[in-house]
Amino acid sequence: MGVEAEATVRELRAAYTTGKTKSFEWRASQLKAIQKMLTLHSDQIIQALRSDLNKPEFEAVIHEICVVSASCKLALKELHRWMKPQKVKTTLISFPSSAKIVSEPLGLVLVISAWNFPFALSLDPVVGAIAAGNAVVLKPSESAPATSSLLAKLVDKYMDTSAVKVVEGAVAQTTALLHQKWDKIFYTGGSEVGRIVLTYAAKHLTPVVLELGGKCPAVVDSSINLKVAARRIIAGKWGCNSGQACISPDYIITRKDFVSQLVNIMSVELEKFFGKEPLQSKELSSIINAHHFNRLVKFLDDGQVSGKIVCGGERDVSNLKIAPTIILDVSRDSIMMDEEIFGPILPIITVDKIEDCFGVINGKEKPLAAYLFTNDKKLEEKFVANISAGGMIINDTILHFLEPGLPFGGVGESGMGAYHGKFSFDAFSHKKPVLKRSFTIDISARYPPYTPGKCRFLSTVVQGNLFDILRSLGSCW
Amino acid sequence: MAVCVETAAAELRDVYNSGKTRTYEWRVSQLKAMLKIAIHHEKELIEALNSDLGKHEHEAFLHEIAAVRSACRMALKQLHRWMKPEKVKTSMTTFPSSAEIVSEPFGVVLVISTWNYPILLSLEPVIAAISAGNAVVLKPSEVASATSSTMSKLLGQYMDVSAVKVVEGGIPETSALLEQKWDKIFYTGNSKVGRVVLAAAAKHLTPVILELGGKCPAIVDSDINLTVAARRIISGKWGCNSGQTCVSPDYMITTKDYAAKLVDALSSELERFYGKDPVNSKDMSKIINSRHFERLSKLLDEEKVSGKIVIGGQRDKANLKIAPTVILDAPEDSLIMNEEIFGPLLPIITVNNIKDGINLITSKEKPLAAYIFTNDKKLKEEFVQRVSAGGIGVNEVTLHLAEDTLPFGGVGESGMGSYHGKFSFDAFSHKKPVLYRGFNGEISARYPPYTPRKLKFLKAVLSGDIIGIIRALLGW
Repeated sequence: MGVEAEATVRELRAAYTTGKTKSFEWRASQLKAIQKMLTLHSDQIIQALRSDLNKPEFEAVIHEICVVSASCKLALKELHRWMKPQKVKTTLISFPSSAKIVSEPLGLVLVISAWNFPFALSLDPVVGAIAAGNAVVLKPSESAPATSSLLAKLVDKYMDTSAVKVVEGAVAQTTALLHQKWDKIFYTGGSEVGRIVLTYAAKHLTPVVLELGGKCPAVVDSSINLKVAARRIIAGKWGCNSGQACISPDYIITRKDFVSQLVNIMSVELEKFFGKEPLQSKELSSIINAHHFNRLVKFLDDGQVSGKIVCGGERDVSNLKIAPTIILDVSRDSIMMDEEIFGPILPIITVDKIEDCFGVINGKEKPLAAYLFTNDKKLEEKFVANISAGGMIINDTILHFLEPGLPFGGVGESGMGAYHGKFSFDAFSHKKPVLKRSFTIDISARYPPYTPGKCRFLSTVVQGNLFDILRSLGSCW
Repeated sequence: MAVCVETAAAELRDVYNSGKTRTYEWRVSQLKAMLKIAIHHEKELIEALNSDLGKHEHEAFLHEIAAVRSACRMALKQLHRWMKPEKVKTSMTTFPSSAEIVSEPFGVVLVISTWNYPILLSLEPVIAAISAGNAVVLKPSEVASATSSTMSKLLGQYMDVSAVKVVEGGIPETSALLEQKWDKIFYTGNSKVGRVVLAAAAKHLTPVILELGGKCPAIVDSDINLTVAARRIISGKWGCNSGQTCVSPDYMITTKDYAAKLVDALSSELERFYGKDPVNSKDMSKIINSRHFERLSKLLDEEKVSGKIVIGGQRDKANLKIAPTVILDAPEDSLIMNEEIFGPLLPIITVNNIKDGINLITSKEKPLAAYIFTNDKKLKEEFVQRVSAGGIGVNEVTLHLAEDTLPFGGVGESGMGSYHGKFSFDAFSHKKPVLYRGFNGEISARYPPYTPRKLKFLKAVLSGDIIGIIRALLGW
């Protein structure tokens, strides 16, 4: 396996060294190839996602295919502009001079993907890596095997496989890949493996983007349009792969005297969305596998929790389905309030006053996203100023993921680095400053033998003060 | 000591959590305090630099103190603007909405500094961390002991010590610090310790900036103003702490035909700068300590190299001085061509065709900087296009560091991340996107039960296809 990984890297490096991935033509051709994949094989993609996750067609198209398609479209539209060096001003210090910042590829990139949005979280980073001119290896998640093998097949058919490869496999293959030297690693997944990836990367001084997770809180204030808020929470939770999404609201915080209203409306809207028998609903993804199913059931069966289920709780072990479940007043030191849930269970924490939410959220690690539903401008300002998270939305959930103008990534335990839109291009580029001077005008004050006069003159140049410069030019050195 | 470090880190975290370092007022007060240090204690700092490095006042002032003052002044001038959230246009996907990117501090950061520009490379990252609203621990290099203790004293005197601390010491103290959880680590030094820092950071998922080094090449083409080129090379090499500078030209490449001219030009300009007895010139820094002196001597004494010295080679062990030394055509497998020299020795490698120089550079690890002296536009374009380095200078060396509009940092073996100017503020900030929506403008197409029509509509929205949206809305 190590031998194979080595051979893969050697082949890619040879391809990269020819310089071909740097050309606009190559990058555009590969992005168009991905677009072709999406257009001609969308049925197969939807089928694979149905097979791996029982993902509804709607989610497969909107959350996965459209996301990659939009990224390709944007990259193709903007690539010329992104690739252009950025001219910058220079100062008196290097006068006369000109300077620019050149974006260049890093070289060989490893993208390690996750199982919950196995198509989008594989190809979207690959789009970024290619747009920036890199050669890339994609390691899709083995937990979504149908998508993994479809990706391998499609990349092999449509892309330039001398510079874009898919390596399938599990821990052994991933470890073999991590032993190699990469110029950048992009990992989406959990923080435990994130630490492992960083440790391997350290050996080669490889910079890394980590898209991790966390417990994304949603604070629900009173005096809001509760129906709209409830729908948006439901869409971001159960409408997103049954809550198996890194930015799904993990838990809710609301006031004690408001919670029953919230629970009632959510129950009503949940029934509108998923019917009276949600376990039979085709609009709900299954849990990815038995391991995660059991993990989630354990949450529900926890003695501290099981009596507080106010909605749902039903499960179907043969189809790996759990109904949308809401749990009220979970103890703050239960396991459920400690680990990322990543499933269709939504605990609600109640507080006396809404401002108490700050203590709850700040007592935990920084999450990938944080949400607040409110019409209170002061509360909104305080939330934005005092909660640190990868990203934030006021009065909605998950949508910042779809805005290409916003960097998408974590902070602290939820990750490092960001991508989407131009941030993807930047994530996979080295920004190289180039300073150019001519041979005319050479300031001899720089050179030894050093004298106080020279020093005085240069210090005024450094401070950019024209008047002082002229004054000190008067004193000879 | 592990106990002190743990306590210090915990204290900083409490202070950070109180929110005080995040205010504009606190940041400004600390930047002003730092500026005061750099202005009122100039003499003391210069003396410390002279004691540690034999650094001439000219270099000490311009390369270190003036640069620190500039960084403070720039941050003070720009801080309001830097702290303001950046408004971002939103697309049809989230209409109606507004968005901004908010810069927030990471929290508690660790700055590990180095010995060659001990004041600049300690205080400039600290200024950056403070301007971004972080609490910070500075670990200066123990190798530059006078500056370490002077900075510790002065920061202790002027700064808010509850949120800005100096921890002095060597490996044990650094290791103890690295065991703590930091929200960002900024390390300047070599790639070996860089790996150690990264591995320690991995345990806590701490993002890191590494400002490392490498063998910075300088290609010298013919048909240039050789006098000016020679002066600039000398200034960037021996005029920069005797070549003990991460961006000094480490080695040069020129054509076989041109080498003699280049050596002559260097020789005559070196004499003009440092006189006939350069080992005793006060304008050149000494080697930092006897360990590095021995290391550099070994590079010169290697059999395959010692016969190729064409300029200099003189040493004064007692005063830790080595004369500006140029070596012609050291073999590829010599020690001097395989480690970062970091001293006043400059090998020149000759090639048949100047373009071979680019191939030579690209066969090595990516350096922190790469330079070319040429009037040939095509050669220059090829160099900029093909050579990957932290930064590039054309007809100049080291000066790109002084330009605040240019990010300063490495790539590959020479590091990751960058700073200077606004890049400093950004380096120590988390860029947090905030999307604002109201309760109006509901798109019920988002919600189950899913229908083909809803799907069609949303597809059109996501691809910005206005006609598609209208059609879907009309049920076509």
